[in-house]
Amino acid sequence: MSTEVLVLGIGNILWADEGFGVRCVEELDRRYAMAPGVEVLDGGTQGLYLVHRIRDAKRLVVFDAIDYGVEPGTLKLVRDDEVPKFHGVRKMSLHQTGFQDVLSAADLLGGGPSSVLLIGVQAGLLDDYGGSLTEPVRAQVGPALRVALDQLAAWGFPAVERAEPKPSLMEGGLDWRSYEAGRPSAEEACRVGDARFLPVQG
Amino acid sequence: MPAVTTPNGFNLDNTGRRVVVDPVTRIEGHMRVEVNLDDQGVIRNAVSTGTMWRGLEVILKGRDPRDAWAFTERICGVCTGTHALTSVRAVENALNISIPENANSIRNIMQLTLQVHDHLVHFYHLHALDWVDVVSALKADPKATSELAQSISDWPLSSPGYFKDLQNRLKKFVESGQLGPFKNGYWGHPGYKLPPEANLMAVAHYLEALDFQKEIVKIHTIYGGKNPHPNWLVGGVPCPINVHGVGAVGAINMVQLNLVSSIIDQTLEFTRKVYIPDLMAIASFYKGWMYGGGLSSKSVLSYGDIPEHANDYSAKSLLFPRGAIINGDLTKIHDVDLTDPSEIQEFVPHSWYTYDDESKGLHPWDGVTKANYVLGPNAKGTRTRIEAVDEGGKYSWIKAPRWKGNAMEVGPLARYIIGYAQGNPEFKEPVDKALRDLDAPVSALFSTLGRTLARGLECEWAAVKLRHFQDKLVATIKAGDSSTANTTKWDPSTWPKECKGVGFTEAPRGALGHWIKIRDGKIDNYQAVVPTTWNGSPRDNQGNIGAFEASLLDTPMQVPDQPLEILRTLHSFDPCLACSTHVMSPEGQELTRVQVR
Repeated sequence: MSTEVLVLGIGNILWADEGFGVRCVEELDRRYAMAPGVEVLDGGTQGLYLVHRIRDAKRLVVFDAIDYGVEPGTLKLVRDDEVPKFHGVRKMSLHQTGFQDVLSAADLLGGGPSSVLLIGVQAGLLDDYGGSLTEPVRAQVGPALRVALDQLAAWGFPAVERAEPKPSLMEGGLDWRSYEAGRPSAEEACRVGDARFLPVQG
Repeated sequence: MPAVTTPNGFNLDNTGRRVVVDPVTRIEGHMRVEVNLDDQGVIRNAVSTGTMWRGLEVILKGRDPRDAWAFTERICGVCTGTHALTSVRAVENALNISIPENANSIRNIMQLTLQVHDHLVHFYHLHALDWVDVVSALKADPKATSELAQSISDWPLSSPGYFKDLQNRLKKFVESGQLGPFKNGYWGHPGYKLPPEANLMAVAHYLEALDFQKEIVKIHTIYGGKNPHPNWLVGGVPCPINVHGVGAVGAINMVQLNLVSSIIDQTLEFTRKVYIPDLMAIASFYKGWMYGGGLSSKSVLSYGDIPEHANDYSAKSLLFPRGAIINGDLTKIHDVDLTDPSEIQEFVPHSWYTYDDESKGLHPWDGVTKANYVLGPNAKGTRTRIEAVDEGGKYSWIKAPRWKGNAMEVGPLARYIIGYAQGNPEFKEPVDKALRDLDAPVSALFSTLGRTLARGLECEWAAVKLRHFQDKLVATIKAGDSSTANTTKWDPSTWPKECKGVGFTEAPRGALGHWIKIRDGKIDNYQAVVPTTWNGSPRDNQGNIGAFEASLLDTPMQVPDQPLEILRTLHSFDPCLACSTHVMSPEGQELTRVQVR
């Protein structure tokens, strides 16, 4: 059974800007109703386990935080055959398998999307465990959604803005607002430390 | 440092040349290992370093205990559900909440599904390439491959044409330069022993397993509401049951129960006709490679799991064996108490943490997670670019948990050794049969291959137990009991002002415990001791080495800058560093750096 369009967010929400992809799909799902045939998926850090979802998708939009070595918050769009090359530059998260490996595994299984749009953002901060998106990256969620919505419309699957946002697809206090509101203070959570492994508090 | 013998009986000599592998690939999370080789290229010292800081505990502080499962599920991409289950058990233990029988069955099904899925994916997609040379498969004769496949199993996908097509696909894939999941392999390494035909058969099954695993996780989607990231609930499971329903939103009906049943049948068939025969075929070519036993012949630990009866976590109710074996005495299985402050303790003299008194260990309920990143005096390089750690000082972000002072191995092999020593036929008979078929002695179990064998046998065991709990669930529902949750203590106003609890499971890679303290309805302290903390631990206050380090000793490396043997043994533990430690290396290198000095 194939999906017309899979809109996938990947990354680990516990790792500051690494949460960009998942927060994008959370917002997209909350604020927009998808056309029939479009599936929105919070892929987390599932890596290879996502291979069948990718293989079964005719078209794919992926939101992810990427390291291109440019200014944090820079939005970067990559399409189709360019995706594996770009995505494989540096593996920066805990994803067990790089996303480019998942794409090639889908290819090897005999399937995979004919069109891919990667909406990547340059991450600024990752090593803030329990933290959320930094300002420059947060500011790109709206523009990133716009790009995805335009692409969906261009493919013939226009999304419709909901009159009232629906509840988050994230359960158990992980929705964006609760996640940020419930964070323990820096003193309680011991977020100061050495330069290499922890953000130095100024 | 001159040669020393550790209190747990291993000889270490770090005078030979040092080989550094960083990061270790095809694992979850980031890990580094350094070994010293003697003149013959044999490993005489091993130092394993978790290169990420661990801080799950601190992000949970002050949160709602009923949400802890969702956070722990996000630690990493592999054992999501098992953390969630451990977490809800810890909260239920603290608040004295009992769950309905159906919830116990469904949780067991979720956990066993994870076992089966994880073992299958681990074997084919993370570990097989340590034994199987993908490039050699291109040279295989498809007809001979077909004969080989048909000689070991009646699995239908075995015709010469099937293997020919597959070989062509593989050829095209490799020629396109996109090695994808097959990159970072040491193809052509003399340590690979399979003939091209066995390699081609294994690659075919690599792809079949990749395709089949999607069926297994449908069970998580049905009982957990979605996948990835299935839902859990303190007090039971979040899925209502309505067998008369026809598509009632979120409720389990007969159609779904039947679908689960059919997936279980397929899983059992795939395990028996593909996984186990492959495992035995591969093992038969590597019988001469009996390294990697490490701690397994001395000290192993299992908390036990899969309660037959809801709310009964005693050893007699747990279908996964519970107990500890120490000093190689298989005649004595010690009982394990996770609440006894003198049993499980974490030490940090060689970990990048600090305690007020580092000569003592702390029980997880009193656990402290305070970072202290300092290198030992003999470390080489800088704080941000370590060339060699100093194992005499602090050298890992993993703490060193010990059971009554003993370093322990956990995981499928530990469970099988304990089950075997108990004389439990469910564990003993399959082991004896496999060893007989391989013409290998019982002592062969204490090895890298033994670990890999135990995981395969356990996959079949788990599939059989899936059938048991699915049948039990259906029988209970048919008898009229469809309750799945106990919400009488959902409201925090019903909770005591202060309480503490412990939850445990046997994760695919070993014993997992979460210890929680609740105060005024919020999490006051949360400590997780995960399987890779046990297996990947650095040295402790006495100098005892952990399972990873012990397993690498005495292994000869054929090509020092191609550490196939190291990867083979470390992968056999199915390491998961994401939850045992945390935060990345600064560069996040794509390719493994191997340095020989």
